[in-house]
Amino acid sequence: MADDTARLKAADLITAIKSAGIRFIVALPDRTTSEHLLKPMLADSELRVVQICKEDEGVSICSGLYAAGQRALLLMQYTGLLDSINALRGVAMEGHNPVCMMVGLLNKEPGVLPTQSRHYGVRVVEPVLDAMQIAHHLIEAPDDVEKVVPAIEAAYEQSMPVVMLIGREPL
Amino acid sequence: MMKRDACLKVLARHRTNEIVVAVYQAAQEWLHISPSDLNYTFTGAMGQGSSHALGIALGRPDKRVVVLDGDGSLLMNLGTLVTIAHAAPRNLVHCLCQNGTYETNGAVNIPSRGKISFPGLAREAGYPKTYRFDNLDDWDRAVERILQEDGPIFVDLHVEPGEPYPEDFRRLYDIEYRERFRRALANL
Repeated sequence: MADDTARLKAADLITAIKSAGIRFIVALPDRTTSEHLLKPMLADSELRVVQICKEDEGVSICSGLYAAGQRALLLMQYTGLLDSINALRGVAMEGHNPVCMMVGLLNKEPGVLPTQSRHYGVRVVEPVLDAMQIAHHLIEAPDDVEKVVPAIEAAYEQSMPVVMLIGREPL
Repeated sequence: MMKRDACLKVLARHRTNEIVVAVYQAAQEWLHISPSDLNYTFTGAMGQGSSHALGIALGRPDKRVVVLDGDGSLLMNLGTLVTIAHAAPRNLVHCLCQNGTYETNGAVNIPSRGKISFPGLAREAGYPKTYRFDNLDDWDRAVERILQEDGPIFVDLHVEPGEPYPEDFRRLYDIEYRERFRRALANL
């Protein structure tokens, strides 16, 4: 039987997200996070989920929410992150907007570093973020949840974006 | 067809405390026509104005938000119509300055110029109210009421270039002005 205590828990992530003062979730479904993260968020009366059609919209919606004094989290798949590079460039980085992103690494092998994945798309995510000078953190094991609140707080303190890469489907 | 600056001057005359998100040519002109700390032009990438406006509208449902979008811009982010209709902010007025061209990028025509019904797209996406104006008198008579109606509302404004205004892209995207906007909105 699999040892679920060693798995990332979606409920812990949601608790951390709320602890960081986030009340708006801007989201497109992602196979890594839909079942245990997005669906509970949709049913959570403390969170307002804004469903979007394309990920770059989400970068801008989060920035508009920031301008209005609200904290938000953009939930998406790494494919959408890669599709949003110009918005991340112009809106998040050049615009100094603290866009906080939680990004599912679809098909990343458990326990394998993203840069060592068999999948080209997964392998290039961190190098692309490094090239864009966007802060990022890997969230894969239960202890990694501790990174969430400081990552979000740092983003708002510095008024710069941050990406939290979800390395394995949380339970 | 309305001269764009004349069309914007009508809106400015009826403006009270509305937030206005503006992009490209409309933004360049709006900053001169209706200067205010509640102007937001820091959209960062083409097509994104209405998405910024949606975020502001959701974050401050007590304030009316008007976005001055462009047709080339909207074509770059058509999904925004569905996103806005689904989120259904009652305080958002989505104005489209339809000039049929990518005016800022060399005035090349948009694809299918004159054949697209933008209000039709908005209506089918789920906007409960859409309007179309191509003369100043009709726009002048309607704008005060539109600014008070429940949204999201889509307003198709048929415009052409009017008086030239100086371009200042640095001002459009200046972070200091964005911070002024944040402070002004926080104090409202």
